[in-house]
Amino acid sequence: MSTHINDTADLQAISRKRDVRRKTIPALAQAGPVSVWMILFVTLPMLFIIYISFMSRGVFGDVVYEFSTESYQTLLDATYFKVILKSLQVALFTTVLCLLLGYPFAYYIARKPPETASRLIMLIMIPFWTNSLMRLNSWLLLFQTSGPVNNFLQWAGIVDAPITFVYTDGLVVLGMITNMLPFAVLPLYSSIEKLQKSLLEASSDLGATPRETFFRVTLPLTFPGIFSAVILVFIPSLGIYTVSDMLGGGKVLYIGNIIKNQFGAIRNWPLGAALSVLLLVITGALIFLYTRFAKLEDMEVV
Amino acid sequence: MANLTKVQRRRKTLGVLGDLYAILIYTVLYIPVVVMMIFSFNDQRYNYYWSGFTTQWYGKLFGNHALMDSLWYSIVIAVLATVISVVVGTLGALGLKRYEFRMKKFINGMIFIPIIVPEIVLAVALLIIFMNVGFALGMGSILIGHCTFCIPYAVVTIKGRISGDGNTLEEASMDLGANRIQTFCRVTLPSIMPGVMSAAFLSFTLSIDDVVMSNMLSGAKNTTLPVLILSMNKSGVTPDVNALTTIMILVIVACMLLSNAVKAALRKRSQAA
Repeated sequence: MSTHINDTADLQAISRKRDVRRKTIPALAQAGPVSVWMILFVTLPMLFIIYISFMSRGVFGDVVYEFSTESYQTLLDATYFKVILKSLQVALFTTVLCLLLGYPFAYYIARKPPETASRLIMLIMIPFWTNSLMRLNSWLLLFQTSGPVNNFLQWAGIVDAPITFVYTDGLVVLGMITNMLPFAVLPLYSSIEKLQKSLLEASSDLGATPRETFFRVTLPLTFPGIFSAVILVFIPSLGIYTVSDMLGGGKVLYIGNIIKNQFGAIRNWPLGAALSVLLLVITGALIFLYTRFAKLEDMEVV
Repeated sequence: MANLTKVQRRRKTLGVLGDLYAILIYTVLYIPVVVMMIFSFNDQRYNYYWSGFTTQWYGKLFGNHALMDSLWYSIVIAVLATVISVVVGTLGALGLKRYEFRMKKFINGMIFIPIIVPEIVLAVALLIIFMNVGFALGMGSILIGHCTFCIPYAVVTIKGRISGDGNTLEEASMDLGANRIQTFCRVTLPSIMPGVMSAAFLSFTLSIDDVVMSNMLSGAKNTTLPVLILSMNKSGVTPDVNALTTIMILVIVACMLLSNAVKAALRKRSQAA
């Protein structure tokens, strides 16, 4: 009897050992590096930035390690609050326009045969392999006060004097939209492409007009794609500072520019951290909404 | 009958409208690239307006040391970031797809953070950590920053290519006497190769075009090409940068076409065999 128990114990020990060899070691070797990297360079920095946001700024731009909500109160000051509102506005406007422009475009591509569609998608990607700052710089060149667009407008007699486009919010928004459009088109395309044609046919067979079919079948079924597009356009637009730097010439300031400045010349880390936490909270809220009706893993990010 | 032609006519008009719309969108997407290329031939030191055709910048750009140094710096970082991201990403994708472990859900969540959260937040967070532990800013810090957003993209790209049918092929290979490393090189890797290749391409393009991370994490001395361009913006980007970017995009597109041609040829061969 006792040997029998010993046998099972031995067997268990052996199988545990085999499990370690067969599963634990490869699992550690494979998932280990990525886990360590993510914890060291994502989790820790994120926790630390939240911590810093509750500290305060010393006289010489150093961080005073004492709990305070000073930075968050500063965010409510008129100057900063205005910047936050304006950034939200611009990001929202960019998102809506990218959706309105991107949806018909994605629909157009998704209705093409697969070979053509993948070529058309490739054609969207190619411009984005050009340095993004140089593409923005092109808009600046086109819209200079003495640039081609103003020359044309004057030549055509549409305006008498050149219009100042450069360093305005309008040009920044144009830059945003052209930079963000693919991030709207790609998720929209993949959700429209998955849409089964039979459902649309059924809808029209049952007497729905094309318009009814669109609003009651197509649009609801492609909603996950629409929401992915919203996330992939709205969140980056909210934090981006390169577009406003290139096209706004330092005169157009959004949240991203303010954060950057706090870690540069101005040196107010807690304030910059508090603004970053604000961006994190907005991102978190949108992601939470998204997970209510779709799985995060299904989001088409690439 | 008349009704049918009406529907057909309507479809045709919609088709033409669709084509026109697509052409319009593509035009808007390509205008910046074309303008960028045109201005690389601009005969003026400061690229504000057009003042005549020249090809001098294509020769002169190699004499611009600041530009060449930053290009080299960018390329070295992009290559290293690609190698690290692809290795960590490939292993990670396999591990996260095939094994169950306690932290799995948490790690999967962490992977989405660099993809979704605005880059400036991650850059600033890394900067604070580096400053606090006294890690000197420079190539190392930029490299870590780039890998931190390239690895997640690599994991997601490769994970999509791993088949859902478990590791039956691997088990067969091991039963037939191959060891774990042989199995990985001869069975696992070839099956996910397309994903690994697109992850490499994505990592390289993300790294070489990155501004935000490099700008926050570069030290006082050297910097990457995009950061140099950003700093030129106030005084005007000079045409030699346009020339360099034109060459770069042509090289990238050529590589793309070449790799597509090779892929097509390989497919043909495997079909013939």
